[in-house]
Amino acid sequence: MRTVLDPTGEQRTAERELLPRPESLRGRTVGLLDISKPRGNVVLDRLEELLTADGAVVRRYRKPTFTRTAPVDLRHEIAEQCEVVIEALAD
Amino acid sequence: MRYGPAMQLPDGLVAVVKRECPTCVLVEPVLRELGAAVWCQDDADWFEHDDLELELSYRLGIETVPTLLRVEAGEETARVVGWSREQWEELTGRTGLGADLPEHRPGCGSLSVDPFRIDALEARYGGSGLGSRRVELAELEDEHEAMFDRGWTDGLPVVPPTPERVLRMLRGTTRDPQEIIAIVPPDLVECTVEKVAVNAVMAGCLPEHLPVVLAALEAACTEEFALHGLLATTYFSGPMIVVNGPIARRIGMNSGVNALGQGNRANATIGRALQLVVRNVGGGRPGEIDRATLGNPGKLTFCFAEREEGSPFAPLAADRGVPGDAVTLFAGSGVQPVVDQLSRTPESLARTFAACLRVNGHPKLPMAFDAVLVVSPEHGRVLREAGWDRARLVAELGALLTLPSDELLRGVGGMAEGISERLAGTELPKFRPGGLLVVHAGGDAGLFSAIVGGWVSGETGSAPVTREVRT
Repeated sequence: MRTVLDPTGEQRTAERELLPRPESLRGRTVGLLDISKPRGNVVLDRLEELLTADGAVVRRYRKPTFTRTAPVDLRHEIAEQCEVVIEALAD
Repeated sequence: MRYGPAMQLPDGLVAVVKRECPTCVLVEPVLRELGAAVWCQDDADWFEHDDLELELSYRLGIETVPTLLRVEAGEETARVVGWSREQWEELTGRTGLGADLPEHRPGCGSLSVDPFRIDALEARYGGSGLGSRRVELAELEDEHEAMFDRGWTDGLPVVPPTPERVLRMLRGTTRDPQEIIAIVPPDLVECTVEKVAVNAVMAGCLPEHLPVVLAALEAACTEEFALHGLLATTYFSGPMIVVNGPIARRIGMNSGVNALGQGNRANATIGRALQLVVRNVGGGRPGEIDRATLGNPGKLTFCFAEREEGSPFAPLAADRGVPGDAVTLFAGSGVQPVVDQLSRTPESLARTFAACLRVNGHPKLPMAFDAVLVVSPEHGRVLREAGWDRARLVAELGALLTLPSDELLRGVGGMAEGISERLAGTELPKFRPGGLLVVHAGGDAGLFSAIVGGWVSGETGSAPVTREVRT
């Protein structure tokens, strides 16, 4: 019997159920996260217009840089303040 | 009878022998006369017991055969090695042992301390302290295919990381195998020295390479190096390692002919080990988190030593505040040649360097990407003879690469790419402060240098990181 040692991080990924999708965004708070890629604001501005027209309450957020993950505080802020979030990955 | 961990030694006299040892053969009649319980290491039929697996020998710490023990209530109370009538008589309380034997004969080495077996024995019986999950390969599995099948390789074969190989690798460092040395992105997994050793075995490292791999991983996982983004980017880059200090020569690294190329084990395996840790421990795999549009061949491995001898510059790491053995990590994107076979003055050569550096990423994008300029010995000689050190060269290049922004605007030169109109009418540096690194490497011949382009630089991206190599 040949034995080798597992080279991986031996992580067990926690599986989480998706939250139920809202039937409508009317009256919901929707967060728009700009990851700071050039012109990400163009797509998010348009999304904000469309969402507002549909009766959603839009809040805007921005990562300091697209090269790093969002700071913990920002993630908490979004989770606290929003019911729905849209993240734009755009160039 | 085989010895197992649950077995207690019988009270009385116990001996360990091997048939290949002339002293053991010599004392055979004495052992039989004494009625000792004898375990033989290399012949199951010689005495009543055998220790072909060497478990008993390992657990008892037998270094020499024959070894004679006195056991009382299951505990060893006395031990002699080799043959000495006086000592054997003292241990056994008998007289006149082996009357026809010489007074004294030294024993032979126990098989359990054979350098070729000790790692396996330690792995099997030593309570090795290895914490990694053990994966048993089925008899019919090809061990190399098994590594591929489990997704553990970078596309090339790896050395199967058996417990004995990992234990041997860990002898390359004095650090505790369970010490956590980095949190590896993208999955942010705590990585122990042991996990690094497992991947270093797979990469083909020798134990003496391990301290460099550990330092490289520590540097790569700092906040400022931004390894998560570097991995996830669509850009070309991956971690490049430059090694400074006496350790480079001691572990056989190449800083000379073909320094950025293939054929040197230390260069090739150290860079590869870092990438395997990112893949296996961090979970960063191409097509998943790694979204590189094209990538570059240096993402398999990209590691070399600076050629400190004959260099016009102080060692790179020393200039960055870490003298001695050190690694410098850079988000490298592949190699661009610089050809200049005619410049014999530093002023002329610097202009060549500047012209080639200007195109880094795009000739109209300033301060976007860092770069490493790898100066070859023949180019370095021009600088050295003129007394230009690194600071002087970087300063001269800074002046030559201060660009009129009007040349860089979008649309200029018929190219849409460029900077915003808002920046018109000024001057901009090609490189941010600290964004151009210079190292000396390469073979004696060739008026060629190299540029290794970087990635999104500085606080918004990756900054080069230098760390001491500790043993």
